[in-house]
Amino acid sequence: MIIAPDLISKLDKTARQLRIDVLKALANAGSGHTGGSLSAIEIITALYFNKMRHNPQNPQWEERDMFVLSKGHGAPAWYAALARCGYFPVEELQNLRKIDSRLQGHPYSRTTPGVEVSSGSLGQGLSIANGLALSHRLDGKTGKIYVLMGDGEMQEGQIWEAAMSAGHYKLDNICAIIDNNGLQIDGAVCNIMNVEPLDEKWRAFGWQVFKVNGHNFAELIQALNAASSVKGKPSLIIAQTVKGKGVSFMENKVQYHGMAPTSQELERALAELEGIN
Amino acid sequence: MSTETIKEIVLPTRQESLREAYGEILAEIGQEDSRIVVLDADLSCSTKTATFAKKFPQRFFNMGVAEQDMVGTAAGLAIGGKIPFASTFAIFQTGRAWEQIRQAICYPKTNVKLVASHAGITVGEDGASHHCIEDLALMRVLPGMTVIVPADANETRGAIKAAVKYKGPVYIRLARDKFPVIYEKNHLFTIGKGDRLVEGGDAAIIATGLMVSAALEAAYALLKQGIEISVVNISTIKPLDKELIISLAAECGAIVSAEEHSYIGGLGSAVAEVLSEERPTPLIRIGMPDRYAFSGKPQQLLEYFGLTAANLEKAVKQVIKKKKL
Ligand SMILES: Cc1ncc(C[n+]2csc(CCOP(=O)(O)OP(=O)(O)O)c2C)c(N)n1
Ligand SMILES: [Mg+2]
Repeated sequence: MIIAPDLISKLDKTARQLRIDVLKALANAGSGHTGGSLSAIEIITALYFNKMRHNPQNPQWEERDMFVLSKGHGAPAWYAALARCGYFPVEELQNLRKIDSRLQGHPYSRTTPGVEVSSGSLGQGLSIANGLALSHRLDGKTGKIYVLMGDGEMQEGQIWEAAMSAGHYKLDNICAIIDNNGLQIDGAVCNIMNVEPLDEKWRAFGWQVFKVNGHNFAELIQALNAASSVKGKPSLIIAQTVKGKGVSFMENKVQYHGMAPTSQELERALAELEGIN
Repeated sequence: MSTETIKEIVLPTRQESLREAYGEILAEIGQEDSRIVVLDADLSCSTKTATFAKKFPQRFFNMGVAEQDMVGTAAGLAIGGKIPFASTFAIFQTGRAWEQIRQAICYPKTNVKLVASHAGITVGEDGASHHCIEDLALMRVLPGMTVIVPADANETRGAIKAAVKYKGPVYIRLARDKFPVIYEKNHLFTIGKGDRLVEGGDAAIIATGLMVSAALEAAYALLKQGIEISVVNISTIKPLDKELIISLAAECGAIVSAEEHSYIGGLGSAVAEVLSEERPTPLIRIGMPDRYAFSGKPQQLLEYFGLTAANLEKAVKQVIKKKKL
């Protein structure tokens, strides 16, 4: 299937806007996770601005697809997408991590419109997604459950327990995505605690596995569409990404995992992003 | 060290990071004792075990984001004769790996030292998923566990050294933020001994961790108003210095407990248990109320939840009134 070039260029524009939103919000907050928010931008954009069925005017719409950010520290990217979709005002992004804010440091379902599953402690999102998927199956709901995980997050044992359950229960209404940016906090994933080969592991657990460039909308959308037609087993998209993507001096830099840009860094980053036409 | 003093109350004038002190002392004692090994779960730059890792890469094991595996592995290393120190954030260490701690460390009395950073609500902006207001309750309930909450960087150094000498499971609680410095550099730490920092007979504050310096400030303010209180640092939550608590109750007749932890299950509960059984005494427990906090600057959160000198001062006045009933 060929994806229309004007759709791609529209999504590219949205992704650039989300990056700008994320960087501004983080700089304003003075703390937070920059690298893993930037690597997930295209994945989240493809979901919220193309693939997922959802309605910001009616967040509880019965037929909606649902999203779980298992790597909860990527919250700024999710919040930016939710704001740009209309779940809450874009200006509210400037309250990120502040006292009395609806936008908590990590996703919190009780305060943020559009957030249905709380997260922040790694490794737990897929289990919750499986529960949602089982509930959907019991109710005959057609909505799909999307889950975004980190590659470092693969080290949590619970991920593999959940991988096993989803395979066992043949949860074809689950589509999990790995933001495979190669880095965690203390260094490169392959040096800290190797998780590869991911594709073989997930296949062995009964999953249909797709591998894409996680910054390429054509590939992402094709895989998401293909995942929708997989029957009888859950799907996993391994998205090859670059941590800190979009800001030259942050790309592949482990120190930007948990560091917000300073005001000077923000200025440099915005100059880069706004310079692209 | 320059200090401000009235009568015997010495207020801290500088701050130091407990976790940095931990990293340094680990690297120092690692030099003297080759049985010391260190494990972390992808947070070595935050817990400061990275300082040890740099010096002794062979004796450092980064387990990745896998706290349960880390705790189990530490138990195995201890059974093999090593003295493992395992570190991550408090909520992931005591929460995620609780049952591994119970089965592999406490039940068989394995010689593992768990040193967690980022306890309490002073974790701040990351929000309630990363705060930890339950660890003292979770660790205190385990038979055989020694639970230590240092009040400053120097007490941290002492506690780590004491933990190496002591054979058996130890949990030590550290924080993200710097704490005011109360003790001298070579402070000798004795497990199970409370420390009376200020003497006064009108009431006593029994505090732990960050709240010890807040208690000193409260005592200072109260003294200026003619109210003389005792301040005690209970850094070993378990085994608890019962004798000291009972004698404080006898002398002062009114007690305030103070901790950066849920007021359920931590220091306040431990003190209440002793008092109600041994010497019923009016008590006000200052701690986190029975709820989760939220994102915010550490100081904002402390103020919101009343974990301040001003609130301790108020509590002391209240508890003194109860005494006169
Ligand atoms: C259970 C748990 N342990 C530790 C952490 C601290 N932590 C936050 S992010 C992170 C590294 C995650 O790496 P990865 O999954 O690769 O995320 P990304 O590179 O996408 O930011 C860690 C260890 C946590 N949030 N939860
Ligand atoms: Mg990663």
